[in-house]
Amino acid sequence: MTAAASPVPAARADRSRRLAGTGTLLRFALRRDRVMIPVWVAVNALMVLSMPNTIKGLYATPAERADLMHQMATNPSLRAMVGPVFGDSLGALTAWRVGVYAGALAAVMSLLVVVRHTRDEEESGRQELVSSGMVGRRAPLTAALLAAAVANAVLALLITAGLAGQGALGALALGLGVAGVGMVFATMAAIVAQLTESARPARGLTSAVLGAAFVLRAAGDSGTDDGASVLTWLSPLGWLENLRAFAGERWWVLSLFAAAAVVQASVAYELAGRRDTGMSFLPARPGPARGRIGTAGALAWRLQRGSVLGWSAGFFVAGVVYGGMADGAAQLVGDNAKAREIFQRMGGQAGLTDAFLAAMVGMLGLVAALHVVSSVLRLSGEESSGRAEPVLAGAVGRLRWAAGHLLIAFGGSVLIMLLAGLGIAVGHGRQAGPVLGACLVQVAGVWVVGGITVLLHGVLPRGAVAAWGVAGAVLLIGWIGPALDVPQFVLDLSPFGHLPKLPGGRMEWGPVGVLLALAALLVAGGLAGLRRRDVGG
Amino acid sequence: MTQAITVSGLHKSFGRTHALDGLDLDVAAGEVHGFLGPNGSGKSTTIRILLGLLRADSGAARVLGRDPWTDAVEAHRRIAYVPGDVTLWRNLSGGEVIDLYGRLRGGLDRRRRDELVERFELDPTKKGRTYSKGNRQKVALVAAFASDVDLLILDEPTSGLDPLMEEVFQRCVAEERDRGRTVLLSSHLLSEVEELCDRVSIIRKGRTVESGSLADLRHLTRTSVTAELAGPPDGLAGLPGVHDLDVRGHRVRLQVDTDKLNEVLRSLSGTGVRSLTSTPPTLEELFLRHYQDEAGSDAGSGTVEVAR
Repeated sequence: MTAAASPVPAARADRSRRLAGTGTLLRFALRRDRVMIPVWVAVNALMVLSMPNTIKGLYATPAERADLMHQMATNPSLRAMVGPVFGDSLGALTAWRVGVYAGALAAVMSLLVVVRHTRDEEESGRQELVSSGMVGRRAPLTAALLAAAVANAVLALLITAGLAGQGALGALALGLGVAGVGMVFATMAAIVAQLTESARPARGLTSAVLGAAFVLRAAGDSGTDDGASVLTWLSPLGWLENLRAFAGERWWVLSLFAAAAVVQASVAYELAGRRDTGMSFLPARPGPARGRIGTAGALAWRLQRGSVLGWSAGFFVAGVVYGGMADGAAQLVGDNAKAREIFQRMGGQAGLTDAFLAAMVGMLGLVAALHVVSSVLRLSGEESSGRAEPVLAGAVGRLRWAAGHLLIAFGGSVLIMLLAGLGIAVGHGRQAGPVLGACLVQVAGVWVVGGITVLLHGVLPRGAVAAWGVAGAVLLIGWIGPALDVPQFVLDLSPFGHLPKLPGGRMEWGPVGVLLALAALLVAGGLAGLRRRDVGG
Repeated sequence: MTQAITVSGLHKSFGRTHALDGLDLDVAAGEVHGFLGPNGSGKSTTIRILLGLLRADSGAARVLGRDPWTDAVEAHRRIAYVPGDVTLWRNLSGGEVIDLYGRLRGGLDRRRRDELVERFELDPTKKGRTYSKGNRQKVALVAAFASDVDLLILDEPTSGLDPLMEEVFQRCVAEERDRGRTVLLSSHLLSEVEELCDRVSIIRKGRTVESGSLADLRHLTRTSVTAELAGPPDGLAGLPGVHDLDVRGHRVRLQVDTDKLNEVLRSLSGTGVRSLTSTPPTLEELFLRHYQDEAGSDAGSGTVEVAR
């Protein structure tokens, strides 16, 4: 009798034990992230909270702000970059200007936190030791998602409290929307972390989804000025703008974030329950018994080829999408008189299309800076993991070892920018020459960021990750800078600010040459440092 | 060239930690040299300097007649290195890594490589992530033993190997010696060192404290003697070099500095010996002496010099 009755309570007990240890793991995760999460949250919140004052300083009167709004409504390239404007209040302009960027930052923070506490732990083998304790099967994933939730909740709270002066409801909507984007990508990362065997591709794939979300929203917003495009609605970043914080909040949009997070989290739990610890749904296949890799350069290519192919495909597709929407974006202006005036000033149809393409090419250049940082930092990863040591204990000089990875990093930026240009030419259906040239010019800016990364790795190996901060700052300046009259010296800090605006503008060799020389100098300095210092240790 | 490695007065600091504090090391060409010392005594730091990965603060080092820092690449053509903790690329197979390491050195003997893969029972088609600790070591060991080099630098190479594989490893090292190659073997397995090494150097706190053949080193330590005598012993306590004397009737147990053994035996046979056991010091005892010195110096400062 007892035997027949026991399965039900046993099953229930088993289920409740699946979360055992979650609290401890969550505290542990937050302790490990005690620097990372506060920095991400603080940078994001500061960016958002400083915006009303910045806008007020630049556009002091309501009339000026209304004027700004009308100008922006007619500018397709800005719409593609940051989304449409829904109001001329300080709050609405803030939400418009930084909303998408804050959402993207929250997404990156969330995906890093989740992958770090799930796949990273399993890959390193640390999870085994943790799971051998009183830790339920679902506890690690739950703790990781909760850690991301805590970070996003604090961010939402800061934004709500900090912007309450502009309207409490709008501030709440923006805070929740930014946190919502964060949680959508936290749960997305939780799914991807079940699929891949190691952390790097998990981060890469989730970032690719974020990139796709951005491209979709940009494509949608370039063609419409009210965020109503289907493409925009397909992107979580588009939901954020369609929440319309400070401009007649549409609260029901928040349910999209909630629904997506819940559905994705349940898929992640379902997948996690069907696999063994450390294993994945895309398991490693056996490799060749004999190898053909014979040089440090060949090894570098073998290690980086996957990511080079991924970035190439991404940039080509983004190019095709931007190229395809260029003409439509330019035509949309025709409706109001003021817009037509600007339109004429910019050189009519062709001028406007060029301006749009120049803005998109510039944006792709900024994103390519992320590629160069990630690629150069492979050197750091090889060194700190101890894998560089046996290679350097072979007949391989340090410079040759570094050269393999740097060739891929710096050559890779040329390749992906060329592919983006090719994509634009294909999508827009016109001569490739000017667009390809415009894309190549961006490489000068990318290389400066790459050079800074090489210098950091060569001189301050422990601080090499600071290169991500440099790339983030460059991205921030390039993204937030235009349209807001940010002081010139700030814009000048970014190498991209010195590049000629192409296509459409005049090619200027001077600044491009200076940037290339600067990049060469930085690389040389980094390599000199690498030759001199201790390796590994 | 008779010296494969010469190191004298090597210093290296990391911030405030003095990892090496005037270390000396001499490895003759063609010998298997044991490199012993407690954890954190500077063995791996020395090896990294010999490989040109770290730069010494001061002191001189030559490897295969070359400067390990300025002439690293040429020296490495003739060196194979096995770290104590091998990390592999997760998406490369073991076979690919073996061949890569071989090509990055002086080249690989194909036949020997295949034979070693067989002897170490390694599956070369598995990817890096799926190897156990012992199997990752085997990947590096196969690459080292199959490489065409003059000097093998092995830093605790057998961690994680099972006893059978440990035996294969020992045979491989013996074969390397027979082929005239030089081996620097850092290890904690004293039986392994005792079995394989012609000479050993023991370091402590970044300094060489003993160096020489095992016979030389044994000479420096105590032999334990147990004897059953015909009558009560006489005058043993007064002899130089006798320690821990324990007399129970006609039974004697004592420790004696090995170079004073002769006098003790003469005194014993003067009384008349019924049975005698004499145990030479094991490397273990030799080693423990230095380990315990360190423990003692950590616990009570100021007593360090007593033991020496």
